[in-house]
Amino acid sequence: MEVALADTGGAIGAGQAQTAAIRIDGLVKRYGPFVAIDHLSLEIPRGQFFVIVGPSGCGKTTLLRILAGLDKPSEGRIETIAPAAGRPGNSMVFQGDSIFPWMNVWDNAAYGLRMRGAPKAEIAEVVGHYLDRTGLRRFAKSYPHQLSGGMRQRVSIARAFANDPEILLMDEPFSALDAQNKLLLQEELLRIWEEHRKTVVFITHSVDEAVILGDRIMVMTAQPGRIKNFVDVTLPRPRDVLELQRSPVYAELVHTIWSSLRDEVNRAKRQAEGEG
Amino acid sequence: MSTTTTTTTAPKLVKRSAPLFTEKARERVMAIVSPLGLLLIWEIAARFGLIDTRFFPAPSSIGGTFMELVRSGELWANTAASLQRLFWGCLAGGIPALLLGIAMGLSRGLRVIVEPLIAATYPIPKSSILPLALLVFGLGEPSKIFMVAIGVFFPVVINATTGVLGIDKIFLDVGHNFHASRWSMFRTIALPGAMPVIMTGVRLGVGMGLVLIAIAEMVGAKSGLGYMIWSAWETFSVEQMYVGLFVIAIIGFVLTLLLNELERVLVPWRRS
Ligand SMILES: Nc1ncnc2c1ncn2[C@@H]1O[C@H](COP(=O)(O)OP(=O)(O)OP(=O)(O)O)[C@@H](O)[C@H]1O
Ligand SMILES: [Mg+2]
Repeated sequence: MEVALADTGGAIGAGQAQTAAIRIDGLVKRYGPFVAIDHLSLEIPRGQFFVIVGPSGCGKTTLLRILAGLDKPSEGRIETIAPAAGRPGNSMVFQGDSIFPWMNVWDNAAYGLRMRGAPKAEIAEVVGHYLDRTGLRRFAKSYPHQLSGGMRQRVSIARAFANDPEILLMDEPFSALDAQNKLLLQEELLRIWEEHRKTVVFITHSVDEAVILGDRIMVMTAQPGRIKNFVDVTLPRPRDVLELQRSPVYAELVHTIWSSLRDEVNRAKRQAEGEG
Repeated sequence: MSTTTTTTTAPKLVKRSAPLFTEKARERVMAIVSPLGLLLIWEIAARFGLIDTRFFPAPSSIGGTFMELVRSGELWANTAASLQRLFWGCLAGGIPALLLGIAMGLSRGLRVIVEPLIAATYPIPKSSILPLALLVFGLGEPSKIFMVAIGVFFPVVINATTGVLGIDKIFLDVGHNFHASRWSMFRTIALPGAMPVIMTGVRLGVGMGLVLIAIAEMVGAKSGLGYMIWSAWETFSVEQMYVGLFVIAIIGFVLTLLLNELERVLVPWRRS
């Protein structure tokens, strides 16, 4: 169902946040009679850090998997930007542990590049770069079971970035981490992202995280998943996480998103209680 | 209000020091001591006539026969013959089983077709196929190799399928997301992911192969340890029979060590 967008070309230079990277039109996803996503339409411009928040079970992962081409929509159209020749369309950082236990850190991070047959020299350079950026160079030869949870998550992020995709899809990459590691990784992610400003679709349960990282935040309704509202984050970049949290604009944004999310979380809770 | 009794007994400190021998070291010592002890008791019992030496000759006299058979070259020739059949049989049974098993794990369609066939043939005692194998392959090497292959095939194919099906689905999603080809999915995900379970199957298979080669060589063979044991029965050379059993046991033991080593190489990521 993936149709490449025609490159509009002309005046819009690459990297300018004008071309759409993702266009979703009337997306419906059903599991039997169960409606996970209900008529969702959305456009994400190229280079945007797009964040999705919503109550548990509202269809966030489902949406991301459809964007990744891992699941098929029941109805509607998905268009994603055609990547430059030789580059992949998207790479996913999965919810939960997803790095291969049987590969060491280096081989895990090199996986995408190897799968598309990149030259050896390029693999060595790119993987080395991202292992440096994620502070994992010393652990290149370690196996996942020798790493902490936070380090494993960094491998997963390095693997996705090293693949150099047009679009990065990240599903709650930091949710399993403690507060300190989370903060460090958020800062790392911001730094790495600001190097290339790829289009990112990022799912999180944390409103703070959404504001810290995102350009635009989409709040989803409880099941069936629909768009509730968007919140644009106008905070300047590059962002310093600690500084950011002291700014009144930040507090205001967090409050706005929370109030919008609260009703949905309560509704989701009532739904769950109704079932049980 | 309750009265407070102020008995000041100092809390006892539990003393814990590192054990003199680690658990592992003790286990390793026992692994050597207990069989040696058994041999010693056996030897004493035989010398004092507590057991019938016609059936249970003293270990020392078995040792003498062992040396004779080594000197004549007979023992080595028979051992080599058995090992060769075992080797080729393991390859002939194991490799197709590995490929088929993993393919079945990855493809539901294939599983639906092949699984009933395996379920139907698996319970047949492998040794009962021997006459058929002799009929089809004749008295030469192929019938022996076939018997080993049959023994290795089933545990490996079953474990390979189970192993692949047990791989967390998220890893297959990762493979798809990174555009792994069919062959890459097989090589980088299914095979290594299923390897721990496959190795269990290989162990079972090699054990089964060893049993079957001994049986196969007893009927219609002119060499091999099974043949040696069988001809010892015919000539009532009980010592030679024990030498054969002893060598088979040693082979089994050495194969276990080799497979442990192989597992360490193939599954370096497993928590020890
Ligand atoms: N394969 C499936 N079969 C049936 N129902 C499914 C399937 N996958 C997801 N669902 C249902 O679809 C709904 C959305 O699931 P999804 O995983 O997208 O939620 P989510 O928003 O990512 O939740 P969380 O925040 O807890 O990760 C859930 O109610 C879930 O039970
Ligand atoms: Mg989810």
